[in-house]
Amino acid sequence: MTTYSAYSNTGSKILYKDKKRWFWLLSSIFPLQAIAGIYGHHITGNQLWLLLPLIFIYILAPLLDFILEEDTNNPPEEVTLLLNSDSYYRILTYIAVPMHFIGLIAAAWWISTNQLDWWGYLSLSIVAGNISGLGINTGHELGHKKGKFEKNLAKLVLAVPFYGHFTIDHNQGHHREVATPMDGSSSRMGESFYAFVCREIPAAITRSFGTENIRLQRRKQDFLCFDNQILQSYVISTILQGSIIVIFGLKIIPFLFIHNIFAWLQLSSANYIEHYGLLRQKDELDHYERCKPHHSWNSNHVFSNLVLFHLQRHSDHHTHPTRRYQSLRNYDDLPSLPNGYLGCYLIAYIPWLWFYIMDKKLLKLSHINGDLRKINIHPAKKLTLMNKYQQT
Amino acid sequence: MNKLTAKHQCPECLYIYDAKIGDEYEGYDPGTLFEDLPNDFSCPDCSVRFKIDFIELSSI
Ligand SMILES: [Zn+2]
Repeated sequence: MTTYSAYSNTGSKILYKDKKRWFWLLSSIFPLQAIAGIYGHHITGNQLWLLLPLIFIYILAPLLDFILEEDTNNPPEEVTLLLNSDSYYRILTYIAVPMHFIGLIAAAWWISTNQLDWWGYLSLSIVAGNISGLGINTGHELGHKKGKFEKNLAKLVLAVPFYGHFTIDHNQGHHREVATPMDGSSSRMGESFYAFVCREIPAAITRSFGTENIRLQRRKQDFLCFDNQILQSYVISTILQGSIIVIFGLKIIPFLFIHNIFAWLQLSSANYIEHYGLLRQKDELDHYERCKPHHSWNSNHVFSNLVLFHLQRHSDHHTHPTRRYQSLRNYDDLPSLPNGYLGCYLIAYIPWLWFYIMDKKLLKLSHINGDLRKINIHPAKKLTLMNKYQQT
Repeated sequence: MNKLTAKHQCPECLYIYDAKIGDEYEGYDPGTLFEDLPNDFSCPDCSVRFKIDFIELSSI
């Protein structure tokens, strides 16, 4: 295994081995879960195998996160540069890109060539959607990088679920406005997952179109032009999904529809839990403070981090948005989620349970200490929550 | 210092705005002074540092 060596400020030599090095491969191959289900169905003839990936994501993964000890280790700051420049890690993100195309096409092919029961059709469509949701995560890691190559790969993988506006909205919208009431992708205390989805998805489209339009205006170009980064990705989406309809027939349209919706919901699920209720404070000049580690909910749960390119080290990601996944750090005293993302999604889908668990956690955070003025509150629930926690 | 040779750097991600080059992708023509960038200018690479945060690099 590669050993990184560097010298500390005091001149002592630091040696570091990344214990998770090979495990990061899981993020690259996790998208192949649809094929695992299809293969099971193929060799046994039993459609129940198509449910396997759902069981894996919704039951086994949260269970693994619950059982395995959370990983709070950080690579020494001194080796971060070496770790960042090790191309192995970025190649894994490149490998993930074609996996998403393979996953979608394999699922479409299986659905169109087999007479599946309605539940088999539905579950394979949802699995395909969940995988493309992971694709948005791959696009997230790639879209934050500076090079054109990685930015283009992001457009490609985001094209699978028709979500090409994500990079612009996320980098220039969400990261700027995170943990403020302005941000469509930061959920508010008292806001249910379902209310959040209805607010977030349209907001992401309008904000990204506005942002890209301003850039194109500076370049004296129309919104409808080849340089439009969002439309480039949408064109790939149209070609991909259009070809799938041409090849597999019109009956594949419901599949594509369910696939797209579930991919978007995966992203909204992540966004819902990442900043719930957290609020940046304003300074004397009415400017929001910089985004600090305590403005994101963090999770050090091992399994889900390994299949999500470390997305859950979210506090460090928002503090240092261009830092590569293998170098993301844990900090002391972070807002911490009760399970990995996959388990937390399940809680989020049951609003009363989410409020019951998370409102208490939110109020207990050391920088909030029960003060509702330091929380990003859903306006419609403000009075109710004020009364409930007896504040004026 | 001549403003046209001035370079300003993002303290977070080390992006450099060089007035002589501008930034083609962002639509800032070569010769656009740092001072003339819009007031809501944010770092094109990390988006989380703003005009007031950028550090002028001393020319060598
Ligand atoms: Zn920057």
